Amino acid sequence: MQFWIIQGLNSLSLGGLLFLLSSGFSLIFGLMRLANLTHGAFFMLGTYFGAVALRDYSGLNIWITAIGAGIIVAALGGLFERLVLTRLKTNPLGQVLVTLGMAFIISDACLVLWGGDSIPVPTPRNLQAPTRLFGFVFPTYRLVLVGVAIVAAIALYILMDRTRLGAMIRAGVDDRQMARAVGIPVSRLFTIVFCLGTGIAGAAGVLGGPILSAYPGLDADMLPLALIVVILGGIGSLFGAFVGSFVIGFIYTFGTALFPELAYIILFLPMIFVIAFRPQGLFGRLGT
Amino acid sequence: MKWVAIAIFAVLALSLPFVAGDFYINLASQIFIAAIFALSLNLLVGFGGMTSLGHASYLGVAAYLCALLTTRYGFGHGPAALISILGTVATAAFFGVIALRATGLGFLMITLALSQVLWGLAYRMSDVTNGDNGITGVTRPAPFGISLDSAISFYWFALAVTVFAFVMMAVFVSSSFGSSLKGVRDQPRRMAALGFNPWMIRWITFIYAGFWGAVAGLLYVYYNKYIHPTSLSTTSSAEALLGVIAGGSGTLAGPAVGAALVLLLKNYASAYIERWNMLLGLVFLFIVLVMPTGIVPGLQKLTERFRGPSS
Amino acid sequence: MTVPSPDFSLEIVGLSKAFGGLKVTQGVSLSIRPGERRLIIGPNGAGKTTLFNQISGDMRPNAGLIRLFGEDVTTLAPYQRAHRGLSRTYQIITLFAGDTLEHNVTLGLLGLLPSRWQMWRPLSSYRHLAEEARRTLDSVGLLHLAAHPVSDLAYGEKRRVELAMALSQKPRVLLLDEPLAGLSNNERATVKALIASISKQTTVVMIEHDMDTALDLAETVTLLNYGKVIVDGERDQVIADERTREVYLGA
Repeated sequence: MQFWIIQGLNSLSLGGLLFLLSSGFSLIFGLMRLANLTHGAFFMLGTYFGAVALRDYSGLNIWITAIGAGIIVAALGGLFERLVLTRLKTNPLGQVLVTLGMAFIISDACLVLWGGDSIPVPTPRNLQAPTRLFGFVFPTYRLVLVGVAIVAAIALYILMDRTRLGAMIRAGVDDRQMARAVGIPVSRLFTIVFCLGTGIAGAAGVLGGPILSAYPGLDADMLPLALIVVILGGIGSLFGAFVGSFVIGFIYTFGTALFPELAYIILFLPMIFVIAFRPQGLFGRLGT
Repeated sequence: MKWVAIAIFAVLALSLPFVAGDFYINLASQIFIAAIFALSLNLLVGFGGMTSLGHASYLGVAAYLCALLTTRYGFGHGPAALISILGTVATAAFFGVIALRATGLGFLMITLALSQVLWGLAYRMSDVTNGDNGITGVTRPAPFGISLDSAISFYWFALAVTVFAFVMMAVFVSSSFGSSLKGVRDQPRRMAALGFNPWMIRWITFIYAGFWGAVAGLLYVYYNKYIHPTSLSTTSSAEALLGVIAGGSGTLAGPAVGAALVLLLKNYASAYIERWNMLLGLVFLFIVLVMPTGIVPGLQKLTERFRGPSS
Repeated sequence: MTVPSPDFSLEIVGLSKAFGGLKVTQGVSLSIRPGERRLIIGPNGAGKTTLFNQISGDMRPNAGLIRLFGEDVTTLAPYQRAHRGLSRTYQIITLFAGDTLEHNVTLGLLGLLPSRWQMWRPLSSYRHLAEEARRTLDSVGLLHLAAHPVSDLAYGEKRRVELAMALSQKPRVLLLDEPLAGLSNNERATVKALIASISKQTTVVMIEHDMDTALDLAETVTLLNYGKVIVDGERDQVIADERTREVYLGA
């Protein structure tokens, strides 16, 4: 019984982490029609920042570090968007290729800067003691992660549904031409969304550190998961990303625990089902 | 212009084994393998308008099947090659059905996700694939009793296969089917209204591209006598795509030229720079920003300027 | 399997389509006889092109039936309808801009032929196709431009090529979506003459936004507004009908 509970919680925390990762990807794809293949690398950059910062500066708090990493990654993302992506407005294939190129650059840079060994990220001391609930023992940090994901989901929902910025983003997602025609600064919006999306990924990287550790190849492990979540949940839908993240979190965790060799195939099956019967994803709004 | 280029290539290719040492001959063999792989990808990208980031799947599946069948299950080279190709074609057919539920970026993402899944499988299923250690000890076949173990004999073999592949693809591209493929790339709605079945045309092309990817995969595993999950990785697919784009996806030969350049760059760069991936990434950025249509079209434009406007 | 010779070449029964809350086609029913020249008119946004899109298969209706010579084609894909004799032109020119006129028409001819699946022989080696393509271009007065890329042509000439491609397949039902739009007076006269000369073996259904230009080509007229059929019948009756005036003057 303990096994199922623990795996269940692991699934929830992985799902939460995946939501933090893929919400940014979904936003960027939804608004900019850009499959940001650098997303996994931005996440990994966050994890490395967190790992190194927490290792070298023992006084640091993981939450501050996450915000700091988020800001740094967002700034990098913004620079990339302004300097490179805007030049390729008429070349969507080119945009995808440069995000891939950027992913290679970032991942190799991490290798050069921080070496090939994995760097663990310590769980914050005040969350190390396990929580006792209903007679079971839970690792506290994982519970907190789920909470963070829910808070982030609510925050994003409020942003998208209740603010002017959110309204502009949604207008841009639904009809870019029209949005421009009514005076929405689409190009500035793109930069804001790209920074937001990559910033969330960077912060998520730090928060995921205690569970994943920083290691070369983390980006290649995370990117396909983000892709599968977005394909499953539907492009342009944050709610779809939310649902998809937890579905994948469960499938991946239980799959790896029960059938370690086939974990990838198990991940892949719901994606095939969804694509076969509903190519726009469970909650997608855009035709690809 | 075309015939001049063919003549130059023929002279270079036929004389190389007589003037160069083993190192360069082997490098040339590697270039041929990369060229076939890039040409097969271009059937999708350039002629089909379907950009895939998962083409390494087909090279990898063929290579792994061949390696496993020959080293572990005692199959002869002939049957192993046949089964490997059939297995890869079946994989392409299956992946094609899934990926073609979308177009454009959705298609790209699905091909990427699918190939990552294969890569993950190659790493994890160690009892089958030997995981990170790869499979060693693959031997080269001896068609008609001729050994391919020496650099020169493998070179002639690779050259023959490459020329054959190129001719087959040229025929494919100029055929009725090839014209309908280009039509579907440019105006899918109109093609459907004219009676063409866009999905079927794309799916058949996807399978055909997978077939030639398998051929490249077989040559690859014969040359290296070894296969490792990295060959299935996104980096591998990306290198091929870079070759296609750098060389020019709008032409038949462009991708071969691009693949050669990428391979040469990789070889020489690794002598001086440890970080090939970073260089690859920078080259991607450079090519896309500065030379989006590729090198071969660029050269064509140059020669046109010299010879005056064509009629 | 023999299909009984039907009364109608194109029959639409209760066709409905909605995008979310927006009803673009509401219970449209039409019956068109073989060889008929039907004009579909209506103000902007009346749902004319959406109707065509459902007839050609580019869009799926939410409800209703489409019958081609008695056969239910409602769930068939566009390419399958082409093989059953349906041909259509589009409002926007969708020719292959970088290719020659001859190649464009040849491709059009290839669409219904089994040899379109051939992967070994170069397309250029099909002599009879090339000849047929040139004959088609000749019939619309564009043979002298056969070797030119489509991008060299004037707008009116492109329209003629589109028409030629649609006709070259000898369709049983031809849908023309605003074939006269954007043409100069001369070009218009040429294209109208072309349409008038189409054989009676082909049923012609035409959308035109501007009533005056296309009226002499029509035998029967259907007036659409807000996705509904308002008036339907012989040309002179529809023109004289009060509701027609209402729709156009009231708009």
